[in-house]
Amino acid sequence: MTEHGQDFPHASSPQDRAAIIRIEAVNKWYGDFHVLKGIDLTVGAGERLVICGPSGSGKSTLIRCINRLESHEEGLIEVDGIELTDDNKRIAEIRSEVGMVFQQFNLFPHLTVLENCTLGPVRARGMAKTDATALAMELLEKVRIPEQAQKYPSQLSGGQQQRVAIARSLCMRPKIMLFDEPTSALDPEMINEVLDVMTELAESGMTMLCVTHEMGFARRVADTMVFMDHGEIVEMAKPETFFSNPKSDRCKDFLQKILHH
Amino acid sequence: MLRTKKLRLGILDAIVLAFAVGAVAYVAYRVDSVLVYKWDWSAIPGYLFRWDEDLGTWVPNLLIKGLVTTIRISIWALIIASIMGTILGVMRTSQRLLPRLIGWAYVEFIRNIPPVPFLFLFYFFISSQIIPLLNIGAALDNASPTVLAIVELLFGPARLVENFLSGLISLSMMSAAYIAEIVRAGILAVPRGQYEAGYSVGLSKFTIMRYIVLPQAIQRVVPPIAGQFITLIKDSSLVALISIQELSFLAMEIAISEQRFFEVWLFTGLMYFTVCYACAWSFGRLEKRMGRHLR
Repeated sequence: MTEHGQDFPHASSPQDRAAIIRIEAVNKWYGDFHVLKGIDLTVGAGERLVICGPSGSGKSTLIRCINRLESHEEGLIEVDGIELTDDNKRIAEIRSEVGMVFQQFNLFPHLTVLENCTLGPVRARGMAKTDATALAMELLEKVRIPEQAQKYPSQLSGGQQQRVAIARSLCMRPKIMLFDEPTSALDPEMINEVLDVMTELAESGMTMLCVTHEMGFARRVADTMVFMDHGEIVEMAKPETFFSNPKSDRCKDFLQKILHH
Repeated sequence: MLRTKKLRLGILDAIVLAFAVGAVAYVAYRVDSVLVYKWDWSAIPGYLFRWDEDLGTWVPNLLIKGLVTTIRISIWALIIASIMGTILGVMRTSQRLLPRLIGWAYVEFIRNIPPVPFLFLFYFFISSQIIPLLNIGAALDNASPTVLAIVELLFGPARLVENFLSGLISLSMMSAAYIAEIVRAGILAVPRGQYEAGYSVGLSKFTIMRYIVLPQAIQRVVPPIAGQFITLIKDSSLVALISIQELSFLAMEIAISEQRFFEVWLFTGLMYFTVCYACAWSFGRLEKRMGRHLR
C-alpha cells in the first residue's frame, strides 16, 4: 500500500499544486445572521491551510460548507472539479473524497473501533469486508492504536478516540482532510498525541484544512494561514509573515490574546 | 456503573412491611370468614390436561390451548408491530412532509381511539374486506398435510386461521402506533453529530439510518419497548371480544360452565403473570447487555 513511498497513501505530493478547492464569492446566512461574507479562497492540492479566528467568525461554517454539511446560499464552491449543488449523488461522491474530523470526535458508540473504520469503505465504497479490515488495521497502526481495534469508543481516552476518528476518515482514502477544532475537546496532556498524527499526515502530502487554535502546530505545519473575523477572511499569509508581521489590527489583537494568554 | 445497594432494614421499612403484612392478612380474613366462599380448585387441573380415551394419552385441554394461542398471537403481534412501529417511527422523523404526515396521522388516529371500539371496527373491516381477498380458506383446503401442519403450528387450528389473522392484524396495528412513538423518541435522542460523521464518510441517508441511528435508537429504548411488549401481551386478552379463542376467552367459558369465577380467574391471572414476568425478566437481561457502550 505504499506505492507513493509515503506513510499515508493516496495523498497528492506537495509539488502538485493544481487547485483542488475553489471558493468564489460565497455568502451564507443563518436567518438574518450573515455568517459568511463574500469568501474567496483557493486551496492547492497538497496545501496545508490553518484557519483561525475568534469564535463565531464563521471558520467552522466555512469548512463545513466544503463537504456540504452546510449549504451556501450564494457563490461557487468547487471540490476536485465538482461543483457543490443540491445534486445528492455528486455530494456523496465529494464526501467520500473529503474526510472530516470533528471537535467532539463523533465516533459511532455502538460499534467497535474497527467497525467504526470499516463502515464507510464497506457501505459507501462497496469494499469487501476483509479488504476493509486490512485497510483499517493498517491505518489504525498509522495512528498508533492497532491494539484497541476490538474496543468500543467509550473505553478509550479522548486522544485515542480522536485518533480513531482520523483513521476512520483516512479509511475512505480521501484527497482532502478537514479538521474542525480537533483538539479543543481534549485534556491538555492528550493534545500532542493527536497533533503528532496530524503533523505526520501533513508531511505525507495530504491536503489539509484545519480550524485550530494550536499556533505551535500551525507554525510547524501550515503553508498558509487564514484569519477570519465576522464572516470575512481578514488576512491570508504564509506563517512567517502572518505571525511576525500581521497587517490588520483585528489579526494583531487576536494573536496577542491567543499567544500571550 | 452504580453499585448494587446493600439491603438494609430501618425502622421505617419495618413499619411499612408490617402494614403490608397486616393488609394481606386482613384481606385473607375477610375473604375467608366474611365472604363465606367455599374454595374449590378441583376443576382446574382437568382443564389443563385431560385423558384422551381414543389416543390413550394425556392431551392439553382448554386452558393450555388458550395459553398457547395467547403466546402465539402475542409473538406474531410483537414481530409485526415492531416492524410496523419501526417503519412508522422512522417516517415520523423524516424530513419529507408526506411520510411524516402519514406517520403522524396513523399514530394519532390509533392512539386516540380506545382499543375496544378499534378492535370491533377493524375486526369487522378486516375479516369482511381483506381476509376474503386472500382466499385462505380455499388454499388451506387444498394444502398438503405438511403445509397444513406447519400452518397449524404457526397460526393454530386451520378452521380458525382467518379469525386468528383478523385478530392478529388488529392487535398489531394497535401496538404499532405506540411502538412508533417509542422508536421516534429513540431516534430523536441520537445526537446530530452521528449523522454528520456518517455523511462525512460518504454514507447515504438510508445507510446512516440503518447502521448508525436505528441501532443506537433501539438500544436506548429497550426499557419502554419492554413495557409496550408486556402491554401487548396483556392486551391480547382483548381479542377475546372478537371470539379469538385465546386464554381469556376460554377462561370465561370455563368460569361460566363451572361456576368457579374466583378460582378460574385467579389461575388465569397467574398464567398471564408468568408469561409477562418471563418477558420482563428477559428484557431486564437484554437491557444489561445492550447499550452498555452508549455514552
